[in-house]
Formats: sequence, C-alpha cells, structure tokens
Amino acid sequence: MSHYALTIHQAQEKLRAREVSAVELSQAVLNRIQDTDQHLHSYLTVCAEEALAQAETADRTLANGATPPPLCGIPIALKDVILAQGVRSTAGSKILEHFVSPYDATVTQRLKEAGAVIIGKVNCDEFAMGSSNENSAFNPCRNPWDTDRVPGGSSGGSASSVAADQTCAALGTDTGGSIRLPAAFCGIVGLKPTYGRVSRFGVVAYASSLDQVGPCTKDVRDCALLLEVIAGHDPRDSTSVNRPTPSYTAHLERGVSGLRIGIPQEYFIEGMQPEVETAVGDAIAHLQVLGAEIVPISLPHTEYAIASYYVIAMAEASSNLARYDGVRYGYRAAEVEDLGALYQTTRAQGFGSEVKRRIALGTYVLSAGYYDAYYVKAQKVRTLIRQDFLDAFKTCDIIATPVAPTTAFRLGEKLADPLTMYLSDIFTIAVNLAGLPGLSVPCGFDQHGLPIGLQLIGRPFDEEALLQAGYAYEQDHDWGARKPPL
Amino acid sequence: MRITPDEVRQIATLARLSFTEEELTELTQHFDTILTYVDKLGELQTDSVEPTAHAVAVSAPLRDDVVTNTPNAAQTDALLANAPSRKTHFFRVPKIIE
Amino acid sequence: MPYESVIGLEVHAQLLTESKIFCGCSTRFGASPNQHTCPVCLGLPGVLPVLNKKVVDFALRAALATHCTVAPTSRWARKNYFYPDLPKGYQISMYELPIAEHGYVEVADQGQAKKVRLTRIHMEEDAGKSIHDAEAGASLVDLNRTGVPLLEIVSEPDIRSAAEAGHYLRSLRALLQYIEVCDGNMEEGSLRCDANVSIRPQGSAELCTRTEIKNLNSFRAVEKAIEHEIQRQSEVVETGDRVVQETRLWDADREVTRPMRSKEFAHDYRYFPDPDLLPLVVDQAWVEHVRAELPELPAARRARFIHDYGLPAYDAEVLTARKDVADYFEASVRACPAAPKVVSNWVMDSVLRFVKEEKLDTALKIETWPCSPEHLGMLIGLIQDGTISTTIAKTVYEEMRQTGHPPEEIIEAKGLRQVSDTDTLQAAITEVLTANPDKVEAYRGGKEKLLGFFVGQVMRATQGKANPQMVNTLLRQKLSQ
Repeated sequence: MSHYALTIHQAQEKLRAREVSAVELSQAVLNRIQDTDQHLHSYLTVCAEEALAQAETADRTLANGATPPPLCGIPIALKDVILAQGVRSTAGSKILEHFVSPYDATVTQRLKEAGAVIIGKVNCDEFAMGSSNENSAFNPCRNPWDTDRVPGGSSGGSASSVAADQTCAALGTDTGGSIRLPAAFCGIVGLKPTYGRVSRFGVVAYASSLDQVGPCTKDVRDCALLLEVIAGHDPRDSTSVNRPTPSYTAHLERGVSGLRIGIPQEYFIEGMQPEVETAVGDAIAHLQVLGAEIVPISLPHTEYAIASYYVIAMAEASSNLARYDGVRYGYRAAEVEDLGALYQTTRAQGFGSEVKRRIALGTYVLSAGYYDAYYVKAQKVRTLIRQDFLDAFKTCDIIATPVAPTTAFRLGEKLADPLTMYLSDIFTIAVNLAGLPGLSVPCGFDQHGLPIGLQLIGRPFDEEALLQAGYAYEQDHDWGARKPPL
Repeated sequence: MRITPDEVRQIATLARLSFTEEELTELTQHFDTILTYVDKLGELQTDSVEPTAHAVAVSAPLRDDVVTNTPNAAQTDALLANAPSRKTHFFRVPKIIE
Repeated sequence: MPYESVIGLEVHAQLLTESKIFCGCSTRFGASPNQHTCPVCLGLPGVLPVLNKKVVDFALRAALATHCTVAPTSRWARKNYFYPDLPKGYQISMYELPIAEHGYVEVADQGQAKKVRLTRIHMEEDAGKSIHDAEAGASLVDLNRTGVPLLEIVSEPDIRSAAEAGHYLRSLRALLQYIEVCDGNMEEGSLRCDANVSIRPQGSAELCTRTEIKNLNSFRAVEKAIEHEIQRQSEVVETGDRVVQETRLWDADREVTRPMRSKEFAHDYRYFPDPDLLPLVVDQAWVEHVRAELPELPAARRARFIHDYGLPAYDAEVLTARKDVADYFEASVRACPAAPKVVSNWVMDSVLRFVKEEKLDTALKIETWPCSPEHLGMLIGLIQDGTISTTIAKTVYEEMRQTGHPPEEIIEAKGLRQVSDTDTLQAAITEVLTANPDKVEAYRGGKEKLLGFFVGQVMRATQGKANPQMVNTLLRQKLSQ
C-alpha cells in the first residue's frame, strides 16, 4: 500500500514503528497531489516547503522516544476558509486572492500542537457558499469518482482530497451541509460537530450562528481522532462551549446494542434516487441486525428548513462580508476616484455572483420593513425545527437519514437555478439550524459507481453516539477500500 | 413580480454592490423565485414562538480587563502587510467627504 | 410666534478600561497609527469578539448612578454601515435590548434642580479615526480607537434651551467622573455629544421634525450649535418653510451648522442580533456588588459639604461640579480644618481661576496641579495664625504654583514672614513720619484720611511684610501723641 493511501491511525502506527518517516509520508502525499491534482483541483495552495519542514520536526520528535503528540507527522489539509499563519487564505474568493493570514485559526493551532503537518489549503465554494464547489473563484474542484461531476460543496476540496488520497485527512466547515454533502458525494466520512463544540476563531465566517468546523476523513476512527484534537473550549470564541471533550476514540467500539435509532418519515420523499433510498435502508437494517432498535419518528417542520436557513444564513452573510471593502486587506479595484466607487467596484469585481446574490438577499431581509417578515420569522421557524429534534430525541438516541436525495450531479447541472441548487441541502440543513452534530458515513454506490452517504444525527454534544454507530456499521462494510479510478 | 429591478438596485447600493443591467434583470428574477419560496414560512403560525438566535443557549463569556497585545512595529507591519494602499502605518483611501 | 425648543442629547463616553471592549489591545490615547491593533479590532477574516467584563461593570455603575433599571438580559446587535474607519462594516452595539433604561440625571443650575430623564444606556465599540487633510485626494485611516468601549447615554427630549443642554452635559460629565468610568475630556474626544433639536409653538405638546447635530466637541460648541440651530429652525418656519429631518455638522470656525454631504445613501442600519456574541446576563448579585462599591455621587457630596463644612449652597455646587476639584478641596481642608470657608474661597478663586471653562475640556488633571492641596491648606493655616498676611499669601501662592515648593520654605527663603515685632515697626513708622513732616502736620490738622498714605509707606518700607493691623494701631498712637 502506498504511503499516501494511509489513514491517520495507520500512519500513526507506521510512523511510531519507524516503518515510514514523516518526511517520506509528506513527500508521498505531495507527489500524489502533483500527480493527480490537475484532474481534480482540490488544492488552492500546496505548502510543500513548510510541510516538509514540519515533517522534519515531527521526525525529530518521533525519534526521541517519548510518546509523540497524536497527529505527529500526519499530513492534514485545511479548507481555504481556515486560516494558517503565513499561508495564503483565499476562502475561494478573488477578493482574498492574495491575502496571507497573519495569524492561525484555533483549530490550526491545535493541529500544529498535535504535531500535524499542514500540507495545503483546499478548494471550496467562495466563502463556503454553495453545494457543488462550482462557486470557487478558482478552478472548480472535481469529484474523484467522476471528474465530470461535482464533489459537493462547499467543502469540496476537503472531501475530494481525502477521497483521492491527496492527504490523510482534511478539515472542512459545515453551515448547511458543507461537510456532509461532499463527504457523501466523495465516499468519505465527514462530521459536523455540535455548534459550539469546535472553535470558529480564525475561520472565515459565512453564517456565524450556523458555521462549524469538522473532520473529513477516510474512516470513522480517523474522524474520532481528529475531532478529539480540534474540539474543546476556546476563550477566543464566545460561542464555543465550555464543557469537557470526551475521548472519542476510547469508546469507539461500544457498538449499537440497545441504541434507539429514529427514522424520520419526512426524510424519505418522492423523487429521491431509488439507489440512495435502498442503500440507506440497507444500512439502517444492518444497524438493527447489530442490535439497534428502529423507531419511526416525525420531524414535522422539515419542509420549512431550507427557507428558514437561507434567510438566516444570507442575513448573517451580508453583514459578515461587509468587511471585504478593499481598505485594509484583499482586492481593491484599480483607479477608483472616490470612496463610493472604491466600495462598489471593489465588491462588484471581487465577489462572485452567488456571493453577491446572497449578500443582496441578506441585505434585503434585514432592511427596514422586511426584518420582521423575513428574519424574525425565519428565527421563529428555527425554534420550531429545533424543537422537532428535541421532541424526537425523547424516543430515540440518534436519527438516521440519507445525506442527500441523489448522488453527485454533473458540473453545470444546477448552476442556472439557485433554488434547485439550494434544495441539494434538503436533508442536512435542519441539523445546522438545530445546532446538532451530524455524521456522514459511506453506505454504498449507485449504478454509476458514485458513493452514497448515510447521515446520523445526534443530541447536542453527543458526537460519541454517532461515531460509535458509524464505526459499528463501517466494520462490516468496507466501502472505504474501494478507491476512485484516478 | 414581488420586487422591481429598481428596488434591487437600491438594495445593491445599500450593500455596496453594483450590477450591470443584465445582471440586475437576472438577479431580480432570482429574488422573485427565492422570496416566493421563502413565503412558505408564512404558512406557519408563530405568534407565540420565541425566535432562536443561537442554537446553544448559554450566556456571554467575559474576559478580564487585561492588555494582552504588546504593540511593536514588526507586529503592526505584519498586520498591515495585506493593505492595498498605505502611508507609513496608516491605511490610505480616496478622500472621504463628510 | 414664540417658539419653544425641544432638545435631547446623545452622549458617547469612552470608558476608562485598560483594554478594548472585545480584544486585548490597549485603549491608551496618543499611540502611533495602528499601533494598538490586532486581528480582532482590524476586522480581519475569521476574528471573533470576547466581551471585557470591566465594560459591563462600568455600564452598571453608570446605570445605577443615573437611577436606571438594569435589564437582566441584554443583547448585542450589529449596526451595519460602510465607512473606512469601521473595519468590520458593522459596529457592535445594543439595539432592542439595551443594558439599562428609564433613568434620570439631576441637573444642578444655580441651586435649582431639574431632572432630565434618560431613555437608555447601552454599550458599544468605538470606530477608528480618519485624517482628511494630510494628503491631497486621500484620507488616512488609523484604527487605534477602534474597539475602545463606549457608553451611549440617550436623554429624553427634556431639555429646553442651549444653556440647559450645557448644564445637563456638565452634570452628566461630573457623574461619570465621580464613578470613575470616563475622564470627560471633550477635546480628546473621550466625551462626545450629538444633539437632537426641534422647535414648536410655545405650550404645544406636538413633536416636530428634528435635526441631529454632530461634531460637538466642546461645551461651547454644544451651546453655540444648539443656539444657532434653534435660530435657524425658527427662521425656516417663519418664512413658511418646513424643517427637514437631516443630520447637520457643526462648523466651529464659521459657527454654523450645515447638512452632511456624505448622507447621499439613505441610512438603513439593518440592526440584528450579533450571532458572534451570546446574550449578556446580569444577575441581581452582580448589580448589588456594583452598587455596594459605588462612590459618593455629586448630589450627596453637595449636601455633605453644606452640612459638614457649613459652606453656602453656591460654594458646594461649584466645588462638587468636578470630582477632582471636590477631592482637592477636601484634601486642603484636612491640612487646615479650622477654616473650610476660607479654603473654599481659595479653591474657587485661586485654583478654579486657572481651570477656566475651556480648560475643563482639556486634559487638566488637578492631581498634577503643581500646588498640592496639602500646601494650599498649610498656606491658609499660615494666614490664620498671622504668620503672613493675605497679600503676602497671594505672592507665596504664585511662587507655590510655579515651583511646587511648600509655603513655609518659600516664606523662609524669601523672608516673607510677617513683621509683628513692635520695635521694628516703631522704627519704620518713625522713619516715615520724619520724612513727611508736612503730611503729619496736615493729619494732625484734621486730614485723617492721610492715615492710609502712612500705612502704605510703612508697608512699602517693610516690603509688605508688616502686620497691617499692628501698623494701623501703632500709627494712630504715634500720630495722636
């Protein structure tokens, strides 16, 4: 097996046994990127030099005999909205094309402290706004299973790089499904943690009340391992929750015996791709065989989730993106004479059309006369959606659903109609509104060989139950052994 | 149509964006589609429902009043390194008219 | 038609915290450009605010000192607008749920007390500064001030004249200084004021169109600008026109208000709850803790000065108008407990004379006044026990003010001790009388007002050090011999 194909836990073992050096591992991954990325465009920035320097440091740590930190020498890629000091961070936008971050995000700092090698910055929809990665201002990222298809968005590069063995693992962000959808489309494991579980400090904001950083990995054990490193209270993020982080790897093998899994009727709808319905149904049946109890539940306000989400996310985005004004950093339009032109031209040229559309809509729903009708209304519906879940969790411990109604679609297929694109997130969005953890685990392939994802949703801060269930399922289905044809 | 291109233009100005006429026509169409879709929220009776601003309900954490950033020229240089236009340690913009 | 003016003030007070409201940068004034900045206050991508507890403590002090109701839960909101000195494109402020509401300030005006009601007090972050005249065609932006904590204190439209606005602002400033949350320095901008002004027919209760006046950075500007605006609005109405709702800038040089040109975009701040900050919860225990540590407020101190020191109401009002002046007075009295009224006279005449109205706006700190209150008390003690005369005391005070030396040292060094020795005085008197035989003759012939002349001559002969009462007595004796 080539070094680049290693999972985190496999690499951990080999590094500690000195069967492979950290430099060899990073070099193997860099070579893999070199060989494959012209087809995928997973990477926006490859940090070859810095990565090899970090790998050398890791090798010294590994050589000195003491227990190395958990990710010592492991290559990890960052979605380009996650800042790393001294590294270009574009957030997939022309407006930040040449922005070099003067500081580390908290998650980046934690990865570095855990010994990880930051291998590069991966592609995403501009400011994490999109479901296909086609909104990247740079070359859109492709799906490794079929390069005519999208990897899903917005963390498309995170998912494609992991699926294509261009890194051991990656971090993504998830505002309405942006980790889980690409994880499902690319056949990897992706977790959106509970809101407040992982620090948002140093993560370019899209919709602050919904954004959350999470792992994109080759298997569930890696996911647990990576979450363990990045989770935990951060005094620099006021919305980060001050409660202990469990050891997610310690109890991974607990199994699902006695676990009550809720199946929401609203998530099995007309028009769903039949293979998706079958694969998810089979996965649920398998969990039942393993000892879980299946409970039918209802999440009655599901159909309102997308409308509520887009109003809230666009409103927050319109304000979060006001700072990109060409004054202190980022793109500035050339030859502007006055301040009004500086702002309008810079922003008109610097932002892509989807970002501008969301800023405009967000501005509209917050403007005088519309605030109550749209914004406050959406927040009230958010309450109802959250309450649906809390009610459901009285009769079940986790909820199982598909991640998306279809497998990966073709590039360009949904670009013309924003609303159709928004509907790709129909099964993932409510989880963000309710602030819950959601895990995407591969559960099969369709007739075109495209991956299908199973979504497991948990109670607030109960990532453990999701990882345990996902792990139990994964032990009997080695979907991850199948590799994309590159 | 629920919204006119002129209204969309006003919103664009408020958001400091600008659009060509063609873009504006398309954007107005998108506004219409999306706002019509969002109207489904009106089907729900929410008079007695509290709005949720944060899914995780805790109160604001507080920090002590301590200066933790010790200023130095190198740090200021690093922070200003991305500026499109500077004069010494100032940011430069076209003349502001009050 | 006689008009009545209806005025409300919005005051922004910079809080005396060490660090900014949402980051660990220093709030100190006068640093080189952008020195006190970090990713958070520069609004870099990815940054998040964390609230400084002291800001809430200070807001609670102000709320309690102005009899406001404190909200158990208040909420941070974003006020969205574009300006180069506003890095994030929004200001973190409070909107629907401010921390305090429904209070009042007691305004002292020549012994008359009036209550000006407060609508609300809320916390917010300050913006940076733009410099417009350093370069042709360009403005320069310095963000050191960005994120310095502010209290916005909004009054009801209870004020009826420009002078009353000045009294309100002075009382409010005194209050903020008393509770040590703001230094009140208008020139450096740590206290800023916008005025909402409208006029209506006398006795009417209707609300008329108001204008907002900005750029009021001195007491004089506040009073002048309001006066001018009332006049301008009256003229507009007299000529049959209508007052337009707008924001106007005070031009201190030309002493006029003019409409702001940058308001071409209709303002729509699109306030909404800041998703990066959770609601602020203030429990009763916190409020009580702040209440217990609240210092004595001006009204209480005024009453105490009248009661404990037997001062007239006027003196008490003048002395307590500033906390530092009142502190100075009390420290002086401690050095001269027998004569508080004399101390009061000295503080009002000799100290406040230098602390003129305009200077109240500047950084004058009485703690750095070269003549310490202890020295002033000692000086007054030396007058009381006859060591020096009041006239000499003025000379000594002048010296103290310039050198900072204690009075006794100056008196000894300059030999200014009062001469009360009879022999020395007799000798000086004899000399003066001998030199002026004609005047002595005239005095004895009935021109008794010449006594003043003789006293003056003796004082001159002794360089003013002679004890004037004794000179008087001895002269009368001598001349009647």
